[in-house]
Amino acid sequence: MEISCRIISRGRGKGPVIISDKPLSFLGGVDPGTGTVIDPRHPLHGRSMSGKVLVIPGGKGSTVGSYVIFQMSKNGTAPAAIICSNAEPIIATGAIMAGIPMVDRPEADLFQILEDSLEVEVDAVEGKIRV
Amino acid sequence: MYLDGIEEKMYDGEFGETIQKSMEVLVALGDIYGAERMVEISSAQISGVSYKTIGDAGLEYLEDLSEGGARVRVQSTLNPAGMDLERWREMGFSEEFARRQLRIVEAYSSMDVMNTCTCTPYLIGNVPLKGSHIAWSESSAVSYANSVLGARTNREGGPGALAAAICGRTPEYGYHLDENRKATLLVDVECDLSGADYGALGYIAGRIAGEGVPYFKLRGLPAPEDLKALGAAMASSGAVALYHVDGITPEYRDASLEEVDERIRVDAGDISEAREELSTTSDSPDLICLGCPHCSLDEIRRIASFVGKKGADCDLWVCTSAAIKSAADRMGYTDVIEAAGGMVVSDTCMVVAPVEELGYEVLGVDSAKAANYVPGMCGLDAVYDDWMNLLKL
Repeated sequence: MEISCRIISRGRGKGPVIISDKPLSFLGGVDPGTGTVIDPRHPLHGRSMSGKVLVIPGGKGSTVGSYVIFQMSKNGTAPAAIICSNAEPIIATGAIMAGIPMVDRPEADLFQILEDSLEVEVDAVEGKIRV
Repeated sequence: MYLDGIEEKMYDGEFGETIQKSMEVLVALGDIYGAERMVEISSAQISGVSYKTIGDAGLEYLEDLSEGGARVRVQSTLNPAGMDLERWREMGFSEEFARRQLRIVEAYSSMDVMNTCTCTPYLIGNVPLKGSHIAWSESSAVSYANSVLGARTNREGGPGALAAAICGRTPEYGYHLDENRKATLLVDVECDLSGADYGALGYIAGRIAGEGVPYFKLRGLPAPEDLKALGAAMASSGAVALYHVDGITPEYRDASLEEVDERIRVDAGDISEAREELSTTSDSPDLICLGCPHCSLDEIRRIASFVGKKGADCDLWVCTSAAIKSAADRMGYTDVIEAAGGMVVSDTCMVVAPVEELGYEVLGVDSAKAANYVPGMCGLDAVYDDWMNLLKL
């Protein structure tokens, strides 16, 4: 299956899906040393997004979150790609700074189609998500 | 969004990777906010300087950019750092913190961002003209530039403002457009205001206005420093980036007041209630911090004249920029304040410095912005009052 989407940060990445319908704050919510979600109130708490395709509605919290995403790529703990329902500036800026492929506004409801561990390719050059 | 020839080349990497990345950030922001094109900017104010807030991640990003040859294309000034860049040792900051903080500032300097380290760049020469497009990222400075100077900026994040400075452009949306600069809320102030009343008024109006544009009818004539305090308060209790003051600020005639249907009245009772709410304790402060946003030279003159006669009973920081401090040094104000037991601190403030590590418990502040942030960011109590009252405690 191929789903069209908008390109936010150019590049291509693939991996198993890690998905939540709750927005995520990278500052204070994710440990850049391990890529694990550390916000105890977030459904992904305790799970690593490292090397995976992160699927969330969007980000929240401090703009310093952009730097946390950058730090994750330096540490090798970053997700392979990010898909948001609607990108907001914190994650978008962080993904570009870190060189992580990122898209938003998929033409289908990914929360109906995708589930954890499914292999997905994000093509943020053509603007496609391949399941 | 539409990119012109040069912007297209920036985006495609013809001017190198750092410009390309920066242009990608701007295009993404433009897409997210529905901008149709870029506008050229004449000035940038860049936040994300304190090691306390941006940490190792920010430090590494900035060093990478600087080593990649990034340079800003427009006048760009820097927000406060996490410590006084010269007197950090005598103030008790750790060697470890200082080393990293200095590397952050050095990375910015090498990109030609002026290491003025102040939240009031408009007091020291970064003074955009009415109608000019700029990319500023310190919320209180954004408010002053939009409202008092009539320049045009959104509330940029640090990386966004830096990207704009590197490309000399910012996406045209939000407060760059006439239609978003109109008033949304009329605030009728039915009492006279002085000192910390302005911060209290801003605290009230910011909570109600949210992201809107308040239009104030004031009884008296505020000083520029009063508007600095008012705007800073609204940018912290709400997300106000622009306000108008009837008869005073440059765009009040264009604010379409007749179309505003939300109206609030603020009286002396509301102001004193807000003043009380901004204090988290009735204990006496062990450190009084003035200069949020950074003091003007005239504010320092008044403080010096007061403490010169009376002395300071607890530790006192008067925060300002290095530029204003050197003028205060020359005027002898610094000596007067320091002889009275205080300190004129440059480059930093109580919000971004790790004050909690210096052993203080209760901060006395005359800034509603500081009173808003200090309890959460530093875990300390705050007492909010006029600076003269704080110094009398």
